[in-house]
Amino acid sequence: MLQMKGIRKAFGPVQVLHGVNLEVQAGEVHALLGENGAGKSTMMKILCGIIGADDGVIEIDGKARHFAHYDEAIAAGVGIVFQEFSLIPYLTAVENIFLAREKKTRFGLLDRKAMRARAKEVLDKLGVEVSLDKPVAELSVAEQQFVEIAKALSLDARILVLDEPTATLTPSEVEYLFKVMRELRSQGVAIVFISHHLEEIFEICDRITVLRDGEYVGTRRVGDIDTNELVEMMVGRRIESNFPPKPEARPQARVVIDAQTIQLHKAGPFSSFQLRQGEILGFAGLVGSGRTETALSIMGAYPAVRVNVEINGDATTPRNPSEALARGIGLLPESRKEQGLITSFSIMQNVSVNNYGKYRKMGAFLDLAAERKHTVKAINDVRVKAPGPDAPCDTLSGGNQQKVVIARWLNHHTPILIFDEPTRGIDVGAKAEIYQLMRELTEEGYSIIMISSELPEITGLADRVCVFRSGAVVATLEGAAINSEEIMKHATTGKLNYVA
Amino acid sequence: MSHDATTQSSSSALQAVTARLKHSPLLLPLAGLIVVSIAMAFASDNFFSLDNIVNVLRQQSIIGILAIGMTFVILTGGIDLSVGAVMALCGTLGTGVMVNMGMPGGIGLLAMIVVGILFGLFNGLLVAWGKMPAIIVTLATMLIARGLGLVYSGGYPISGLPGWVSWFGIGRVAGVPVPIIIMVVLYAMAWVLLQRTAFGRHVYAIGGNETATTLSGVNTKRIKLIVFMISGFTSAMAAIVFTGRLMSGQPGAGVAFELDAIAMVVLGGTAIAGGRGLILGTLIGAVLLGIINNGLNLVGINPYLQDVIKGLIILLAIYIGREWR
Repeated sequence: MLQMKGIRKAFGPVQVLHGVNLEVQAGEVHALLGENGAGKSTMMKILCGIIGADDGVIEIDGKARHFAHYDEAIAAGVGIVFQEFSLIPYLTAVENIFLAREKKTRFGLLDRKAMRARAKEVLDKLGVEVSLDKPVAELSVAEQQFVEIAKALSLDARILVLDEPTATLTPSEVEYLFKVMRELRSQGVAIVFISHHLEEIFEICDRITVLRDGEYVGTRRVGDIDTNELVEMMVGRRIESNFPPKPEARPQARVVIDAQTIQLHKAGPFSSFQLRQGEILGFAGLVGSGRTETALSIMGAYPAVRVNVEINGDATTPRNPSEALARGIGLLPESRKEQGLITSFSIMQNVSVNNYGKYRKMGAFLDLAAERKHTVKAINDVRVKAPGPDAPCDTLSGGNQQKVVIARWLNHHTPILIFDEPTRGIDVGAKAEIYQLMRELTEEGYSIIMISSELPEITGLADRVCVFRSGAVVATLEGAAINSEEIMKHATTGKLNYVA
Repeated sequence: MSHDATTQSSSSALQAVTARLKHSPLLLPLAGLIVVSIAMAFASDNFFSLDNIVNVLRQQSIIGILAIGMTFVILTGGIDLSVGAVMALCGTLGTGVMVNMGMPGGIGLLAMIVVGILFGLFNGLLVAWGKMPAIIVTLATMLIARGLGLVYSGGYPISGLPGWVSWFGIGRVAGVPVPIIIMVVLYAMAWVLLQRTAFGRHVYAIGGNETATTLSGVNTKRIKLIVFMISGFTSAMAAIVFTGRLMSGQPGAGVAFELDAIAMVVLGGTAIAGGRGLILGTLIGAVLLGIINNGLNLVGINPYLQDVIKGLIILLAIYIGREWR
């Protein structure tokens, strides 16, 4: 039904797709698999006409097609549900489904009855019940996703792309989504399914196409391949080799953060945990389980209900990130672009932005020479690959941007570092470098809290692991207990503590 | 050999300068200034006379001073619509302190500065701690400032100032009008603050990415507060020049001055969303706007039509700037 052949694409000097193939049949769920940065999203954007390919052919039902705009792809029967939803939060499901192609009455007014009926019809076909009258912001994440799918189907999409649809869903919602996907499959829809969860792929998909670093690796039937082979196809080698060896457990190490009670939400569960000097403490759990919020509440960047934390024996909790900085806590935030980098600044200015206290002369004035000297050292220490310290940050790769933010804290010598999803959107090689760097830092005496959604990262790197569920730590694992099964068990069924 | 080396180094130095200028936000304002100056020189013989140029600068000095504070606020991604009204309030209250309360003139001028800074503090608290958008906050406080001045004076100008106050408005030092001196000194101070202090870097950082700046441990609320206080201070300085020129406290002064001040900042190449721009650009923007006003007058164009032309020029400048990026 859908054929993409020899797709090539470069962004400036960077070749992101080197002749990638994808072939999807009607009534098939086809997984598109690959590490972050492998080129999956770029492929899908090309399919939908959001960006153009440099070379290659797209055929639908045997006819070569070329989409210059998203609209043209929609008209040809391609629908996509993006990772970040494109719903307008204050509009209802019906209004969202018919956005920009509202049905009108003879008088040019909105035909609300007809739109409602059609929306209901589509949602019924999906077999889901979603309130049609509430603003979608009030719907659950899963329901919003169904609205997105309904929107695509109401456009008579025969090829449906789901870009990491399960990332933010609970297990029961995932089951529900799979039921809907099976229903669509039986109706002859071709589904391209992007997910990082291999179990899901084995459960729902018929065939798998694997990409690695923009190269087409191969296509396999689900029955003909096992997890190990699949992982090897994805990363090109065994994933364990990415992680530096863990040191001996050091239970006697000094406690640098003693979080006695943290309660994120009113009437929510309580957490407690400790961070010891020189360790990497993993924060594991499903998306939305409160990992980031808990970490941010330690540094006064999240308004938790109750935070009793001793930092280096001092029981006053920082009220904002600037107080946290003074107490030696630095944050590598989840989103580099939105929370980490100041993109209009050069690399050097990004590193020095919170550290001008060090580069003063005559009281108030900046000592530009000292700034340059220290900053360049910090940039070199974390091995940022860049034309120079004055280069703008937006020209750097994701991994190097991440290193710039890390350099910011090393330059400041904050002994406690919170790394929130440190390797999101970073290619395999850079990941290994970041892991190596984190291990080196702990050996120098830094203490790191690492929040991560990637289980291999948690099991491969963390010395101890706090598992989160529904807003609180439900278990702290050490040594041999740090494995995927144990973590997932606690993340989905761990017992919550409602007593301080 | 050595000859070759020198030409090479001088040509590479030239290249370095052109390369820097090419990426500088000052390039377009400067180009605009040159183009408009040449056009005006052709349109009017008087344009390039020293008197006329000094005249342009003097005319621009009051709003040019307001535009300094405006630049700080816009660089953080905010805006301050209250500058004209605050200027009027400072002038009215300060004059009242001298005339109605019979205090010495120095105290009156000090009162203007205090009022300006306090009003900036008020704006800053509402924006930074009240977490309200600057455009709405300062729209409201513009009304408050204007109203307070009118209430205090009963709607009438207050006159009867000591004669020396006029020095700030019409005095000269070594032939240079005092308002121009005040304006240039304030621009120099602003340049040092923005380019040579940590505070200045933080101003740019907030405009570039406020969330990232907060999470990196910079006290962004405090920076935003100070930025509005600077704007209040420059409103007060503008009030001193204005009062000196008119020799009275004018509660109705400065209507729509904020719009000209914003135009100067934008013409000077500062991004309205913040994070990019130079204070020198605002000075060029002020002169540019002055030349346009002056030129249109010299040529004798209908004053109503002048506003239309000014608006079109501003639109054109922003459009070219947008294409350039």
